[in-house]
Amino acid sequence: MTIGNIRLPIMTSLIIWAILWEIVGRSGASFVIPPLSGIFARIVEIVPTPSFGEALWITGKAFVIGNVIAVLFGIPLGVLMGRSHIADRIFLPWVNLFLSAPLSALVPIIMVIFGAGQTTIIFTVVLFAIWIIVLDARAGVRSITPSLVEMALSFGATPWQAFSRIYVWAALPEILSGIRLGLIRAVKGVVIGQMLVSIIGFGRLFELYSSRFLMEHFWALLFVLFAFAFAINEALTWLERRFEYFASSRN
Amino acid sequence: MSPAAARKIEARHRPMVEVRHLSKIYAGGVEALNAISVDFPEGQLTSLLGPSGCGKTTLLKIIAGLIPATSGEVMVDGRPVTGPGPERAFVFQDFALMPWANVLRNVAFGLELKGVAQSEREAVAEKHIASVGLGGFEHAFPHELSGGMRQRVGLARALAVNAKVLLMDEPFSAVDEQTRRKFQEDLLELIAREHKTFLFVTHSIEEAVYVSDRIVILSKRPSQVSAIVEPEIGRGRDPDQIRRDSAYLDTVETIWQSLKRYLD
Ligand SMILES: Nc1ncnc2c1ncn2[C@@H]1O[C@H](COP(=O)(O)OP(=O)(O)OP(=O)(O)O)[C@@H](O)[C@H]1O
Ligand SMILES: [Mg+2]
Repeated sequence: MTIGNIRLPIMTSLIIWAILWEIVGRSGASFVIPPLSGIFARIVEIVPTPSFGEALWITGKAFVIGNVIAVLFGIPLGVLMGRSHIADRIFLPWVNLFLSAPLSALVPIIMVIFGAGQTTIIFTVVLFAIWIIVLDARAGVRSITPSLVEMALSFGATPWQAFSRIYVWAALPEILSGIRLGLIRAVKGVVIGQMLVSIIGFGRLFELYSSRFLMEHFWALLFVLFAFAFAINEALTWLERRFEYFASSRN
Repeated sequence: MSPAAARKIEARHRPMVEVRHLSKIYAGGVEALNAISVDFPEGQLTSLLGPSGCGKTTLLKIIAGLIPATSGEVMVDGRPVTGPGPERAFVFQDFALMPWANVLRNVAFGLELKGVAQSEREAVAEKHIASVGLGGFEHAFPHELSGGMRQRVGLARALAVNAKVLLMDEPFSAVDEQTRRKFQEDLLELIAREHKTFLFVTHSIEEAVYVSDRIVILSKRPSQVSAIVEPEIGRGRDPDQIRRDSAYLDTVETIWQSLKRYLD
């Protein structure tokens, strides 16, 4: 970013917004917006506490288990849909429906089935993450050079060998970007799930802070979550770039 | 070809691949092959030559067991083809290499699928990598190789499974002319060295005449055999001499005359 001929550092706009926030916060315009400095002080205060640690552990567990399930089921389903017209006909409408549906509205139903607990949250994570993984794996498989598949078949590959040694690798760039997008959706899933269940993990903390109007605490927690989502995205983008040459050398 | 000459061939070389009344109608209604019958003698290189879109690839893929025929049958080594089998190996026009695997793994892939132990299959692969002239490139990745080198990898992979029949679909069409000539020399050497049956699809009449023992000329789609030519050119001479040889040039001309009428 440049103004006139002065080069401004990349963080400039962020700093300006931060200063603006601090001013609004200090002016006391609204109790919803506490000063930024206060929020950061809270982050330092909250993060080492056992209740935060426990919330992080429970949330992390639901997040990881949910994503593992989404990946383990999503990739084979996507590959199957990419290979078989019949499977595609059967599943594609549902995948597209769930991809665009307001999934939060389904969480209460999940809660009725699985109760207000960790299972519901894991299921919510799966529900949020899986569809984009399926769709991207499907797109990846559809872009595989047909001769690569014929090559494997001509050397006598079993369906499992073709899946594990050709499809997954040839579609890896798309699969990875599906997983990255799935993880970002899963962050939403885990937070929304916990908010609605509101008795475990960060959901409980959010509930606690907002019901007592502890706005600094509330924002501190939110910032930490945003930072997590951002870090996950960056890490996967980096990983994806490493595998990108596949796509360019695939044909 | 006179019946007497035909008998002479039958006596000398038993057919390794027999195609009997083979028809193929694709799902869209395209009739690619129409009751085609042709033999491919053991230990020889037979070329398939024909107008574009006449069904050469289709025929080769049916023989490979990659796509089913609509009717008719294919026998390889006396047994009917029902799917891919270890006695056949395919060399692809676009190489079909795995971009995420190095040369060694690509060449060993056929053996890997058969469950051959890693050290054993890599030893076999290394031997064939060296035999196609790629020694030293075992750990290179396909995107680091030229088109000609990539096809050598494809050839080494087909050789590594030690199949009796090599099915090659325009293997040299994606490489430049100089590399192609070198390839043709290497191919002749390979035929002389290994007792394998080669089925070779090409668009180049010169190439077919130069490398083949037998050329099957196909008619326009739906394909039938229109003629069989056996180029009688003395091998083992200087390549440039052969290409100037009158028998070579006459054969090229004869084939050109018979293919010309399919152009429109
Ligand atoms: N999967 C398919 N579905 C429908 N039609 C097909 C399919 N594959 C090939 N065809 C058609 O069948 C005919 C024969 O195709 P094939 O690829 O066997 O010809 P070819 O002789 O190999 O052609 P070329 O010389 O261009 O390589 C063509 O008309 C082609 O369009
Ligand atoms: Mg073809």
